[in-house]
Amino acid sequence: MLVIKDLHAKIEDKEILRGINLEVKPGEVHAIMGPNGSGKSTLSSVLAGNEKFEVCEGSASFHGKDLLDLSPEDRAREGLFLSFQYPVEIPGVSMVNFMRTAVNEHRKYQEKDPFSASEFLKLMREKKKLVEIDSNLTNRSVNEGFSGGEKKKNEIFQMAMLEPKLAILDETDSGLDIDALRVVANGVNKLKSPENATILITHYQRLLDYIVPDYVHVLYKGRIVKSAGKELAHELEEKGYDWIKKEFED
Amino acid sequence: MNVACRIIDLQEEYIKLFNDQLPLLQSGAPEKMNSLREQAIKIFKDKGIPTNKVEDYKYTNLQPYFKGNLNLAFTNESAHNDVTQHFHCEVPQLKTYNVFLVNGWFSAKESDLNLPDGVVVCSIRDAAEQHADVLEKYYGKTAPMEKDAMVAMNTAFAQDGAFIYVPKGVVLEKPIQLVNIMTGSEDRLAFQRNLIVADENSQLKVMLCDHTMSPQKFVVNSVTEVFANESSVFDVYNLQNQHNLTTQVAGIYVHQKRNSNILTNNLTLHSGITRNNIRVTMDDENCESHVYGLYLSDKNQHVDNFTFIDHAKPHCESFELFKGVMDDSATAAFTGRVLVQKDAQQTNAYQSNNNLLLTQNAKINSKPQLEIYADDVKCSHGATVGQLDDEAMFYLRARGISQEESRVLLMFAFAYEVIEKIRVEPLKEQIRGLVEKRFRGEFDKCDSCVVCGQSGSGVSCL
Ligand SMILES: Nc1ncnc2c1ncn2[C@@H]1O[C@H](COP(=O)(O)OP(=O)(O)OP(=O)(O)O)[C@@H](O)[C@H]1O
Ligand SMILES: [Mg+2]
Repeated sequence: MLVIKDLHAKIEDKEILRGINLEVKPGEVHAIMGPNGSGKSTLSSVLAGNEKFEVCEGSASFHGKDLLDLSPEDRAREGLFLSFQYPVEIPGVSMVNFMRTAVNEHRKYQEKDPFSASEFLKLMREKKKLVEIDSNLTNRSVNEGFSGGEKKKNEIFQMAMLEPKLAILDETDSGLDIDALRVVANGVNKLKSPENATILITHYQRLLDYIVPDYVHVLYKGRIVKSAGKELAHELEEKGYDWIKKEFED
Repeated sequence: MNVACRIIDLQEEYIKLFNDQLPLLQSGAPEKMNSLREQAIKIFKDKGIPTNKVEDYKYTNLQPYFKGNLNLAFTNESAHNDVTQHFHCEVPQLKTYNVFLVNGWFSAKESDLNLPDGVVVCSIRDAAEQHADVLEKYYGKTAPMEKDAMVAMNTAFAQDGAFIYVPKGVVLEKPIQLVNIMTGSEDRLAFQRNLIVADENSQLKVMLCDHTMSPQKFVVNSVTEVFANESSVFDVYNLQNQHNLTTQVAGIYVHQKRNSNILTNNLTLHSGITRNNIRVTMDDENCESHVYGLYLSDKNQHVDNFTFIDHAKPHCESFELFKGVMDDSATAAFTGRVLVQKDAQQTNAYQSNNNLLLTQNAKINSKPQLEIYADDVKCSHGATVGQLDDEAMFYLRARGISQEESRVLLMFAFAYEVIEKIRVEPLKEQIRGLVEKRFRGEFDKCDSCVVCGQSGSGVSCL
């Protein structure tokens, strides 16, 4: 579904991704771990189409389409979803209006009729229950004044609304309390199917207890330097990154 | 009677016009209006139409717009234009008392306005007979002609306008809507002079809706004086929707008495050159004023809001918020003068002006001007100029919302705060829709009624 080959990206002449290779197939869960500043968020931004970063080499295809050639909105409509590490506050844009616009733009792309107001509200109610999000939050402006955890829950709510084929969750577990972590993980698990896939970017084993990955990758200095099964996450939790850094430097 | 003039040297020709037409200017106009003309023309002669050398008009040189071939109507035949019969200006779900003015002349009101007892809505000319005392007491008292040449010019030349009087204790539920229409097949200069008096404990909302109905060049100099007496509540919404060849100098001068609460909101949705003078004099204790504005401009449009809040007495509060979105080569200016006089202790004055520039060529000059002579005051002011937020833009697009739609959402998000200040629910709803349409480029800018969105004479955009 997603094939990344030798991907290089830079910002202001600083190369941050230095040759990423990764393949994700339907039904799989991949975890990406790695020290701070190694390029995890950059990779997700580049995949989602943030023009801040310049792709200077390599390719990425999504369901056979050249991903890098699509606008951010078309990538989303094709089924790519990014849960932001730092969701943006947008005062003045109501959650309801935002989500209705997003859902209906997806539907238009799929050549379906837009949802009526009542159909939309019904969908919203359903998905709100799924992620146990407080009703008041959806009556406010997008992320405005939301707590850190509420913002993360809101990302998962949006994911539930848009039903993506590939979700990239960038540290969605950071800042969540224990109950919220369980809710978010349950939400992700309920949305899992043999057709869709998930990339989890995380620093902690804890999330991976709930959402069990098929593969764990370590990103270091803009490259994936190690890939293995779920046991790698346990090893990292115990030993930290030093041994990998050392292996890499050698 | 219509007079066509060729204005090249401004003062000379305007003074000559005044002298030649004085008999007509005076004919049928209230005594009170006539009594100020000579003094007004002297001030006007002395000051002249402001250029940007005049400090208060620094960002708008008005002289070029008052030159050229312009027609003036010195009698009210143009008011009998049948345009008002075809023109309905309605807000869904909102009942108003509807009154028309054509080229500055009071034209018609619905045959039966059914106003509550004692409420008067008529031509200021007609007010001379039955309400001479009100006219005598208030006319010319709050618009400072000695300070502003445009007020002086208006006082010298204006012959008509609306007169609104709401007596003690009367609460008008429905807003009074003054629909100002500029029309005709000649380029035209028009004056209009409105006087609004809300007496003790009364409540009144006024909508001023400015339209152009034909593609000619229009120059308008209007002055509206408002007196909000003790414990009255007064709102005025000025909805400006005129084509690009319009120059409008619109002054709203509000005088407040004890415990009164006033709101002005200038919504400049489309215009050519607009200069709004908004002055609020808080001449008694415990007054509250809300002074708002939203200006949306593109192409070569220019909007200049000049506000002056005069805290003359203690324990008053003012809230001021102006926001602007400028596209293409549009320019705008905001001046926020706040004067807190020596005795005005325990004043609270808040001001902010925020601007969104969509292109490199769009421009804004924002100038707060605080003069504080009392010591126990709380004043704040802030001005910002920014572009659309890239991060927010990416966030919206990453959810599948197109770039264009994301822009509209963000522009609307920027503007909505001013719209939310509207204290008439159906009007708020209508303005929301119109602003959104304007941002989408779907707004039929030149010929539709700002309030109901209906098409007019099929004029194309200039
Ligand atoms: N706008 C920018 N300008 C300059 N450098 C940037 C910019 N954005 C990211 N970087 C740099 O790119 C590198 C990778 O950042 P990125 O956010 O991808 O790291 P990360 O792996 O997600 O880290 P973390 O675990 O802390 O979230 C960092 O060194 C960061 O400082
Ligand atoms: Mg990161």
